[in-house]
Amino acid sequence: MHYAEQKLKEEKVFKDPVHRYVHVRDQVIWDLIGTKEFQRLRRIKQLGTSFLTFHGAEHSRFNHSLGVYEIIRRIVDDVFVDRPKWNKEDRLLSLCAGLLHDLGHGPFSHSFEKVFALDHEYFTQAIILGNTEVNTVLSRVEPNFPKRVAEVIGKTSENKIVISLISSQIDSDRMDYLQRDAYFTGVSYGHFDMERILRVMRPHEDQVVIKKTGMHAVEDYIMSRYQMYWQVYFHPVTRSAEVILTKILHRAKELYHDQYIFQQEPTHFTSIFEDTLTLEDYLKLDESIILYYFQMWQDEEDDILSDLCKRFVNRNLFKYVEFDPAKEYKKLAELSTLFIKAGLDPEYYLVVDSSSDLPYDFYRPGEEEERLPIQLLMGNGDIRELSRESEIVDAISGKRRTDHKLYYPEDLLIDDTTKKNIKKQIRTLLEL
Amino acid sequence: MLKDHAKLMQALAASGEITGRKKLQKMIYIAKKITFPFQERFQFHFYGPYSEELTLRMEELCNMGFVDEVKENKGGYYQYRYTLTETGKEFLSLNEIDMPCLEDCMTDMNEQSARFLELVSTILYFDSLDRKEVEEKVHTLKKKQNYTGEEIDQAYAYIEQLHQKAKPHA
Repeated sequence: MHYAEQKLKEEKVFKDPVHRYVHVRDQVIWDLIGTKEFQRLRRIKQLGTSFLTFHGAEHSRFNHSLGVYEIIRRIVDDVFVDRPKWNKEDRLLSLCAGLLHDLGHGPFSHSFEKVFALDHEYFTQAIILGNTEVNTVLSRVEPNFPKRVAEVIGKTSENKIVISLISSQIDSDRMDYLQRDAYFTGVSYGHFDMERILRVMRPHEDQVVIKKTGMHAVEDYIMSRYQMYWQVYFHPVTRSAEVILTKILHRAKELYHDQYIFQQEPTHFTSIFEDTLTLEDYLKLDESIILYYFQMWQDEEDDILSDLCKRFVNRNLFKYVEFDPAKEYKKLAELSTLFIKAGLDPEYYLVVDSSSDLPYDFYRPGEEEERLPIQLLMGNGDIRELSRESEIVDAISGKRRTDHKLYYPEDLLIDDTTKKNIKKQIRTLLEL
Repeated sequence: MLKDHAKLMQALAASGEITGRKKLQKMIYIAKKITFPFQERFQFHFYGPYSEELTLRMEELCNMGFVDEVKENKGGYYQYRYTLTETGKEFLSLNEIDMPCLEDCMTDMNEQSARFLELVSTILYFDSLDRKEVEEKVHTLKKKQNYTGEEIDQAYAYIEQLHQKAKPHA
């Protein structure tokens, strides 16, 4: 039997707190899970620094990737099978792309990518197409299979239906992470009737659409998404931890380029700092490595690096005030000057964080020439955009909400042992 | 502070006004690919390279009152027009970022059609592939746009022209 069709002698199951069980019958999927590149995802947390706000949020990209795979498996095996406009040949492609969609994430993905101008999508492609165990498994299906999987994940495949299963406004990726993140953070948002949504999904021309009868389940999904963004993903304490993490990485990079002699040499960072990063180097990076450096850098002679690492490791985070850039940008310049006089480098200790700095998005309907919205399949076969039919979705998706916060180290500003008058002026400006 | 916002404002100031969200997305993407240090990350979507971060940042700039967005009803669809407000200009004068040659490039791109910029940005997105593969990508992923060989030639020539314009910056 050809490798693509080989089944395991007995079905393997992973116990999963969100989907109860993740079922694996395909040999290819089992082999992919066993590769070292996929196992690496166990050492990358799904929610980055959120564990400092929600202590349960220690789940990994490994858990999430299995969850995405399981949702796709249920769609293609239970819902799409035998439906017109669904090509059964796309089953394995869909399962592999779902399983591997986050393969290229690095440690603390978002901050890491931002500081070093990296792109996890690029590395996902590089792992799938490069000299890796994942590539070896996929190539056994057919020589061109790694490329087909990479194109689906990169959204450059002509197979739009498979792309929309993994990446669209209502996809298996979002459906898994909303429920999983809700479960592990312990919040009561993020729940919706996924079984119902899966049952009303239909392949239709270039994308997956939802039968009109399932609209209320989708409304619930959109509401969950909205609440999770503001309550979990945009949580100001998590953002404070992200700010510090970003600044540690910036500081280490700056010191390296300034020929600073590290007590703990940043060996794993060298190729990133020198812009010579290879796939092999990248795959050695995970959160255990990064946290090791942060632990060691607490004892560095550089005051800023040492202080920031202590803050991150011991969760002594920056405080924040709401900030309105339009009204307060002149105040920001004034604060910046005062910080310098107080001996605090504003580049590291006075930070504006905006909602656009975060990697999550909202549902936006009907923007011509942009992303495809969620489409409903009406009883008469017509297609209608969700917010045109749902007043609830219309009410929340048209609203623009943006947010800016100004982060600072309160403990250093209330310490009056030095620069007492300047710190007092800063506190007055910050209204502390 | 707000450097990434200031860069977008500078691009808008250099262009005068930009009509159409798709055009704005493609202009920033092309500028970034050519050489300018925009930080927004782009992914390939149904209409070519698209950045959610750029969309969000533009929303923030509108909410701050630094950018004016006018929604125009064009019959079957809406079009959005972006300009810098007076407050925006004042903010920018205090937070200008050195990007020589940006104005030349943005002005030039602004004179092109959104359709042509979609083609240019798609070609740039696949710049690691050889030309034959790129053309295949254009024909399969942009089937509905039905780009001709002549348009593809023009797009390649245009990319080269933009590189020349941006050279002092590179």
